Amino acid sequence: MELRSRVPDGPIEQKWDKHRFDLKLVNPANKRKYEIIVVGSGLAGAAAAATLGELGYKVKCFTYHDSPRRAHSIAAQGGINAAKNYQNDGDSIYRLFYDTVKGGDFRAREANVYRLAQVSLNIIDQCVAQGVPFAREYGGLLANRSFGGAQVSRTFYARGQTGQQLLLGAYSALERQIAAGTVTMYPRSEMLDVIVVDGHARGIVVRDMVTGKISSHMANAVALGTGGYSNVFFLSTNAKACNVTATWRAYRRGAAFANPCFTQIHPTCIPQAGDYQSKLTLMSESLRNDGRIWVPQQPGDTRAAKDIPDAERDYYLERIYPSFGNLSPRDVSSRRAKEMVDNGQGVGVEKNGVYLDFQDAIQRLGQHVIAERYGNLFDMYQQITGENPYQVPMRIYPAPHYTMGGLWVDYNLMSTLPGLFVIGEANFSDHGANRLGASALMQGLADGYFVLPYTIGEYLTSNKAGSVAADVPEAKAAEAQAAETTQRLLGVNGKRTVDVFHRELGRVMWNECGMARNATGLKRALAEIPRIREEFWTDVRVPGSGLELNQELEKAGRVADFLEFAELMCLDALGRDESCGGHFREEHQTPDGEAKRDDEQFAHVAAWAYQGPNATPALHKEPLAFEYVHLATRSYK
Amino acid sequence: MRLTLHVWRQASGSPSGRFERYDMPDADEHMSFLEMLDVLNNRLIEQGKDPIAFEHDCREGICGSCGMVINGRPHGPVQRVTACQLHMRSFKDGDDIWLEPWRARAFPVLKDLVVDRSAFDRIIQAGGYISIRTGAAPDANAVPIPKRDADSAMDAAACIGCGACVAACPNGSAMLFTAAKISHLGLLPQGQPERFSRVLDMVGTMDEEGFGSCTNHGSCEAACPKGISLDFIARLNRDLIRATLGKGMEVEAPAGGAG
Ligand SMILES: Cc1cc2nc3c(=O)[nH]c(=O)nc-3n(C[C@H](O)[C@H](O)[C@H](O)COP(=O)(O)OP(=O)(O)OC[C@H]3O[C@@H](n4cnc5c(N)ncnc54)[C@H](O)[C@@H]3O)c2cc1C
Ligand code: FES
Repeated sequence: MELRSRVPDGPIEQKWDKHRFDLKLVNPANKRKYEIIVVGSGLAGAAAAATLGELGYKVKCFTYHDSPRRAHSIAAQGGINAAKNYQNDGDSIYRLFYDTVKGGDFRAREANVYRLAQVSLNIIDQCVAQGVPFAREYGGLLANRSFGGAQVSRTFYARGQTGQQLLLGAYSALERQIAAGTVTMYPRSEMLDVIVVDGHARGIVVRDMVTGKISSHMANAVALGTGGYSNVFFLSTNAKACNVTATWRAYRRGAAFANPCFTQIHPTCIPQAGDYQSKLTLMSESLRNDGRIWVPQQPGDTRAAKDIPDAERDYYLERIYPSFGNLSPRDVSSRRAKEMVDNGQGVGVEKNGVYLDFQDAIQRLGQHVIAERYGNLFDMYQQITGENPYQVPMRIYPAPHYTMGGLWVDYNLMSTLPGLFVIGEANFSDHGANRLGASALMQGLADGYFVLPYTIGEYLTSNKAGSVAADVPEAKAAEAQAAETTQRLLGVNGKRTVDVFHRELGRVMWNECGMARNATGLKRALAEIPRIREEFWTDVRVPGSGLELNQELEKAGRVADFLEFAELMCLDALGRDESCGGHFREEHQTPDGEAKRDDEQFAHVAAWAYQGPNATPALHKEPLAFEYVHLATRSYK
Repeated sequence: MRLTLHVWRQASGSPSGRFERYDMPDADEHMSFLEMLDVLNNRLIEQGKDPIAFEHDCREGICGSCGMVINGRPHGPVQRVTACQLHMRSFKDGDDIWLEPWRARAFPVLKDLVVDRSAFDRIIQAGGYISIRTGAAPDANAVPIPKRDADSAMDAAACIGCGACVAACPNGSAMLFTAAKISHLGLLPQGQPERFSRVLDMVGTMDEEGFGSCTNHGSCEAACPKGISLDFIARLNRDLIRATLGKGMEVEAPAGGAG
């Protein structure tokens, strides 16, 4: 397998323009003849499907939700970055590019990141024109805030519901195209496989989640915008249905999976309350702008927060990182919180959190200002915990949140399986080993609105394959395989529920491949996972039949794939014998606990290629060169 | 706490259903309502029974997937809270809890507590958008929008499309949902060019989809987990009158001026 990144030549500022000029255009009259399948209707998928439809392609868009508006993107709270420099505080395309490469700990491809920073400007224009009600200043212009460690205010937001408003914008554009007949929408349809004909992705196998019918859909190209895989940990901030099936199935058909071990643990989530807990709730990172993070200095201190005098508190981020303080990057903040809790300084009944305290901000700005900024988040916190954060500090703890890893893509966003494009969180592209806050929404919309609609044309014009029928042998075989997997799941008829296995897998992954990793633990996980997988296939109980709405069956298929994927994640984490960004290998740290990169050996993308059911996957490396942002140790002190 | 659940069970594809009773002897007050159902479902599966189908995804009150009538109220007893954000501390030991799907002509039941809400998507298809091509937008700050208008537009845009308003309405009307979208777009300068065709098209589709008419009952607002205001319905009605009288066809300049 060859990893050709297809990054255009020339100075970085001109690459994208030049590339757009060099890309072959599709004759408008021909666009109608090309069918494109888009899987997913989150920010990436909805934006892509709407734009491709508008350009004149025949688009089919699939989602397992009942409506495209429910995609997990809807839950993003904090905001979206763009290098508009509306605040005149020194931002620029170059600075956003620089921050993203550095924030990603030098494990992203420079050219992609630069393009992302460039198109960030168009995204905000587009969204405002669609009617996205971003926050505004009294003069009527757009408001910004600084977010997640950025020293400029470049984050646009719509109260605490930015993802919702952006998705509703993309959703409305999509619905408009559905009404116009350019996009056909398939809700409640779960993709179970990619159909490969003559080495090209030419379709997908889909299960109708209401009737259970399994069928094939063919096209000239397929784009996956199917989101991330944080739910491999069972407990994460992702919506319950988020899963790895689409990308995992594509991997098994020949698309390389890049950097699966790069996962992001978000520092500000509500700590787990009990064994029955089904997911973790994120408290937007924007809270760190006004909240101060602390723990009692004395381990085991059981006093209430208000009874602990200032002198006996450890504002550890402010202490260790005087210049970034509470706004230190996510990976750094998360790891430090874990250290405090591991050291017995945790707070709450379970001693499994740290405080995020707003007392100073409330005194300085008044409660109404805090309420205006974060009211809905405070309400949500109170609803979940029963505690009033205006009066007592919030308790927070890190939780799995975002996955930087994903299917490997070239500059055109095409995977190693020709004809298969990957957009949004599902690809590996722009965030390296750590994503900056408010950059995922930007990337999803960049890919969907402004990159894929151009680059896919190049593939279509240079591969003039005509349409293929849905009854080609490759499609029939893939359908039969999907049906067989379904029958196998229903047929085990064991004693334990799907959730039991998912929780067990999650526990192993959190302990061994979570916030901190080491070789011994990863090897332990690599032994445990196949055992859990085997038990799953001999002892899981999936009730009901395949020919009905069957939520347990849906879950079972997803967990079965997580049970395979988890192994690749640990293998990647073990192979990457360095610390970088969210990947912290305990063996590689400085004396004061900072991550130690090994650029000599690991300045590359690790892309894994499937070799068969029981074979070790093959590792391919895409070397990364840093011509503009020079390799340096990240320091937030 | 010990609870008794009475849950509407309706098989996949079946036109009718009935209540079934389940004991929940050990609910924890810190559990969310859906976690309590998870625990029950896992037990049902272990006992070889069919688990209760209900929709959910984000469990953060934002995706609009969840929704069931709990003791006669959409999303349950706590105002402005979705079913997924409801916690068991809102109930007490010994309570009986009745669970039903949304009941409305336009939302057919698919299974147990799961209904088909695709009629909402079709209302949006009829005009719930601003016709702007990707890439054709002017600079985002080219048109200042008074903060007050932007804030009201956001109030309306906060709708999560769960359908509680329809379930709460004795007529099964989708007025609050439709009004929220019409107001969100109608309050912004970008939404002006299509403002009056939008209201005609969306209201027309709403009627075709089998939603009932609005008789100003007001239970939609009370049931809405996002507190979408009835004022938006008044706004829709004003726009509708102007559109029907044909006066609104010319573009109106100031945002929100009429509302
Ligand atoms: C709680 C939370 C808060 C966040 N806040 C922010 C923020 O403030 N700023 C920011 O930039 N980022 C934020 N993020 C990250 C960001 O929201 C996501 O990375 C981004 O929205 C992902 O978009 P997407 O389009 O790639 O995928 P998603 O929105 O996850 O969409 C995936 C789509 O694929 C479909 N799908 C998946 N698999 C299949 C299948 N097999 N068959 C059919 N359909 C399938 C789903 O139905 C869905 O439509 C947040 C994330 C979380 C969890
Ligand atoms: S599950 Fe998303 S709103 Fe309740």
